[in-house]
Amino acid sequence: MDWLNTITRTFFDFKAMADVFPQLIGTGLLNTLIISISATVIGLVLGMVVAVMGISPSRWLRIPARIYTDLFRGLPAILTILLIGQGFAKLSQSIFGPSPYPLGIIALSLIASSYIGEIFRAGIMGVDRGQLEACRALGMSYAKAMALVVVPQGIRRVLPALVNQFIAIVKDSSLVYFLGLLVGERELFRVGQDAAVLSGNLSPLVMAGIFYLAITVPLTHLVNYFDNRFRTGRRRPSAPTSGLNEVNELNAATPLTPGSNT
Amino acid sequence: MSTTTHTPVAGLDTYRGSSLELRDLTMAYGDIEVLRNVSMTIAPGTTTCIIGPSGSGKSTLLRGINRLHEPKSGDVLLAGESALGIKPDILRRRIGMVFQHFNLFPDHTALDNVALSLRKVKGLSKAEATARARARLAEVGLAERSDHRPRDLSGGQQQRVAIARALAMEPEVMLFDEATSALDPELVKGVLNLMAGLAARGMTMVVVTHEMGFARRVADQVVFMDEGEVVEAGKPDQLFDHPQSDRLRRFLSEVL
Repeated sequence: MDWLNTITRTFFDFKAMADVFPQLIGTGLLNTLIISISATVIGLVLGMVVAVMGISPSRWLRIPARIYTDLFRGLPAILTILLIGQGFAKLSQSIFGPSPYPLGIIALSLIASSYIGEIFRAGIMGVDRGQLEACRALGMSYAKAMALVVVPQGIRRVLPALVNQFIAIVKDSSLVYFLGLLVGERELFRVGQDAAVLSGNLSPLVMAGIFYLAITVPLTHLVNYFDNRFRTGRRRPSAPTSGLNEVNELNAATPLTPGSNT
Repeated sequence: MSTTTHTPVAGLDTYRGSSLELRDLTMAYGDIEVLRNVSMTIAPGTTTCIIGPSGSGKSTLLRGINRLHEPKSGDVLLAGESALGIKPDILRRRIGMVFQHFNLFPDHTALDNVALSLRKVKGLSKAEATARARARLAEVGLAERSDHRPRDLSGGQQQRVAIARALAMEPEVMLFDEATSALDPELVKGVLNLMAGLAARGMTMVVVTHEMGFARRVADQVVFMDEGEVVEAGKPDQLFDHPQSDRLRRFLSEVL
C-alpha cells in the first residue's frame, strides 16, 4: 500500500489542509469573490453596452462592437491579463497605487464583457420581433422600446448563460496571480500555491480546489434548475377549460356590441 | 347579428375617427415592389376591409399607413395631413394597430400591457394610467382578468387585451392585421363583435381579414387586393354579390 500512502501524503495531508484553511477563507475566498464579482458587474455593464451597439441599426456602432468582441474573445485570457496588467502598470500606479489588483479586475472585466456582450446580443435578438413592432406601433421610440420591453425579455432568457459566465470568471480569476499580488490580495489559487511550497505537498492546492468547487458546483446546479423552469414555464397545471366558457362569459359581459348577438 | 347601424350606442363613449387617404402608395422590400400605386379614400368613422390572397400586400399596406415600414413613394393623409410629414412616433400615437399574433408583452399583466404606453408614451401618472387601463379592459370584458399574464389568457382574451392596449392611446384610426387568424374558431366571433362595436361607435378602421362574413356585415367599403394592387373596391354587397374581375371571382369561390 505504498502508492496509497504516497497519494494520501501528496493530496490529502490533512494537517497541511487544516493549516491553510483559515487563510483560504479569510484571504483567498474573499479576494476570489471580490475579483470575480467586480469583474462580473463591470462585465455586465460593458457587455450590455457592447450588445446594444452590436444590434444597432448603425454600422458605426456595430463594427466597433464586433472588433471589441472578436479581440477579447479571441485572445487567451492569460495573454490579455498580462498585456493589460503590465502594459498599463504605470498608468494604474498613478491612479490606484502600486497594487496590480485593480488592473487584474479590469482585464478580467474586459474579457468577461466580450462574452457577456455576445450572450446579451443573442438573448435580445431571440426576442420575437413582434415585441418591438408592438412598441413602435404604440408610439414608443426605438430606445424606449428596447429599454422597456425588448432588452428585459432578452436578459431574462439568458440568465442561465450569465451564471455560467460567472462560473468561468471565478475560475479565470486565478490568473490574476500572474501580476504578482500583495500578501493580503492573494486569491484562492495563490494562497493554496504559497502554502503548498511550505508544506511540500499539493494538499493546500487540493483544499483550494475544494473551495472553487464549493462555489461552482452549486451554481451549475442552480443554472440547470432555472433553465428547466424557464423552459417549462412557471405555469401551474390547471384543469382543462372549454373555450365555450369564454364565449358565455363574453356574451354576458360585452357592453360594446350593438344589436343582438345571442 | 343582423343590423349594424353607425349610430352611437347609448351609454358608451363614441370615437372621433379621422379620415384616411392613400395616394399612389408604393412600398418595396429592397428592390421588390410589394405594393404599387395603391389609392383609397376612407371617410371618418367608416370601416374598410381589405381582402385578398396571401402575398397581395395587405399587411404591408397597413405597415405603410403607420410607417412601421416606410413607403417608397406616394402619400398617406391622416385627417388631411400628410403622414410622411409627421414624426413616426407621433403619427403612431394617433393610429392604433392590432396584430395577428397579439404581440402582448409576456412579462406584464394584462393591466400593465395597457398601462405601459399610457405612462411611458403619454406620460400619465401611474394612478391615472392604471385607472384608464382598467376602464379599457372592462370595455373589452376583461376586468376580471387584469392581473393575468398573457400566457394565462386564451387567444381571444389576449387579442382583446391587445385591442384595449391600442384603444387606450385614443387613436383616430385603428388598423387590424388579421386579428382573428390565430384564434381558436369558437373565440373568433367574440373578437369580431368587439371590432364591430368599435365601428359602430365611430372609429375609423382598416381591417385586413379573411372573415368574409365580417367584411360583408360591418364594412362600409371592401377592397380586394392581389399582387400588390387594388383589383376591385366598393360596397360589400357589390363586391361579394357582383364581383367584376376574374381574380375576385376566383378568390371568392375559394374562400366562401
